[in-house]
Amino acid sequence: MKYFPLIWATLWRKKTRTIFTLLSIVIAFLLFGVLETVDYAFSHPSGGATGADKLITTNKYSITLSLPFADIQQIRSLPGVAAVTWFTWFGGYYQESKNFVFAIPIDADSYFDYHKNEFIISDQQMKDYVSTRSGALANVALMKKFGWKVGDKIPLHSTIWTQKKDGSLDWTFDIVGTFDVKDPTQASAQSSTLLFHYELFDEGRSFGKGNVSWFEERIDDPAKSAEIAAKIDALFANSSDETKTQPASDFALTFLKQLGDIGFVVHAILGAVFFTLLFLTGNTMMQSVRERIPELAVLKTLGFADGKVLGLVIAESLLLCVIAALVGLGLSFAALPVIKQGLQGVDLSPWALVPGIGVAVLLALIVGLPPALRAGRLNIVDALSGKR
Amino acid sequence: MSETIVSLRNVTKRYVRGKQSVHVLEGLTLDIPKGDFVALMGPSGSGKTTLLNLIGGLDTPTSGEITVAGQRLDQLSSSGLSHWRANHVGFVFQFYNLMPMLSAQKNVELPLLLTKLSASQRKANALAALTLVGIADRAKHKPNELSGGQAQRVAIARALVADPTLLVCDEPTGDLDRKSADDVLNLLQVLNREHGKSIVMVTHDPKAAEFAGRQLHMDKGALLEAAGGPGAVAA
Repeated sequence: MKYFPLIWATLWRKKTRTIFTLLSIVIAFLLFGVLETVDYAFSHPSGGATGADKLITTNKYSITLSLPFADIQQIRSLPGVAAVTWFTWFGGYYQESKNFVFAIPIDADSYFDYHKNEFIISDQQMKDYVSTRSGALANVALMKKFGWKVGDKIPLHSTIWTQKKDGSLDWTFDIVGTFDVKDPTQASAQSSTLLFHYELFDEGRSFGKGNVSWFEERIDDPAKSAEIAAKIDALFANSSDETKTQPASDFALTFLKQLGDIGFVVHAILGAVFFTLLFLTGNTMMQSVRERIPELAVLKTLGFADGKVLGLVIAESLLLCVIAALVGLGLSFAALPVIKQGLQGVDLSPWALVPGIGVAVLLALIVGLPPALRAGRLNIVDALSGKR
Repeated sequence: MSETIVSLRNVTKRYVRGKQSVHVLEGLTLDIPKGDFVALMGPSGSGKTTLLNLIGGLDTPTSGEITVAGQRLDQLSSSGLSHWRANHVGFVFQFYNLMPMLSAQKNVELPLLLTKLSASQRKANALAALTLVGIADRAKHKPNELSGGQAQRVAIARALVADPTLLVCDEPTGDLDRKSADDVLNLLQVLNREHGKSIVMVTHDPKAAEFAGRQLHMDKGALLEAAGGPGAVAA
């Protein structure tokens, strides 16, 4: 600590250069924090049905191809399958496209059987929902976000499904109740969810009647998931709608990978950024040490040993990189709520930022070591005579 | 006979520059008693700065023995020399060599960072050294806010603050005007006469050399000796 004033003063020897270097590192780590958080969320999805006893059955060739609803009977009849429900992507938003709503047309009985004990809904509101064809149950967070109340009539715009009565993409629902999730880790993923009746949807849509996006199965014994998955697929082998059944956790990753290999893109961008930063910061440190050769030689004449001088330069590099990294990571942490808004249903964890500190230290050591070694090996006589 | 502070026996120094070997000092033998103020003079290339560097522990001889303050410098490792310098030598350079981003006080405190003194003790000692050289009122000023003479006084304070056995001065007045130079030399004389500091000073300036108690002349790596000037201490 007693060397801190010396290191700090040295860091600010050339204020403009230090400020620009700091800003570069701050921006790099802001980018790091944001991208790593997104990448972490996409590679560790917590949303939806990801329990060990959950399977998802999709069309074998693409999740964008539908399956006949009638297949559900065969799946239900398989031993080991405790519950089956289905899912169709509605693709809805409220008023503006940025207001994404995860609207799901459900069959109440099979859906809540599949998601046994996962939701908190009042009995009365459940009754109201069942008895109201146009009824919808909205997540409490969604209600709060848009200021909805029970009893409101809510128009949702689907990006896919036109209504056969008028060809409109706008569907109107009556909010009859709200729900929450028991598992707090699922809260974020379910925060944009609105449930409405599949019957209303299937009868009202102008195309795709009788088809679903995929089936969701809950099985009795998670240890048999591979076996049951194979049996489900065997049911539809060599048919016009062959299936691919996999654990829900694997499916979540597959689904997200439809957007592209997020991890590769993120790491490619970060690699390019930090490669450039390495040279920029390394050059700054080298220049800084080169300018201070006579001063470093004087420190040695005063009795600062080679190792101490080396340590001072490394400490300077660490201070520069870690402070700037903390600011950058802090800014990315502050930006998380904004990013969450843009990535509806994706759970962003701030823990993804923690490795950033390690990256900062590594960066500091890589850029600091060459000039530090040069400083440590400085010959006093040569360095001092170079000043004359 | 007073105790010897610096003793050189048959010291040789050669540098290798590319394929050439440059002989700077050849078989040099010298004794400097404790409490002496010695001026080393000679033309450029005579080896006086090299000799100063050897005495100050900044460099090691090619052969021969150097004993300063009872320590054989030629037997010390690089880290050993660093430690020895911190405890026994104070350096004063021609161009002051102060840290431009630190105040005068912080510059003087630098050698004390190598000690176990607390922050308040370091500050107190630094201020005491600045007072001794008559520049305590400029303690908070940075080097670019000081005149040449003032900066050199700060450098002398830095050289003194750890109470070294020996002061080594390389052209301390080389960058100063006449008045500032005389002030600095008078200060060095006071440190020698009143505080008993042993001083070895390299200078081109005959007037500066007159402040020393003894003058040594060097030429082509060999040592000659002249009588003391008006400021010399009687033997």
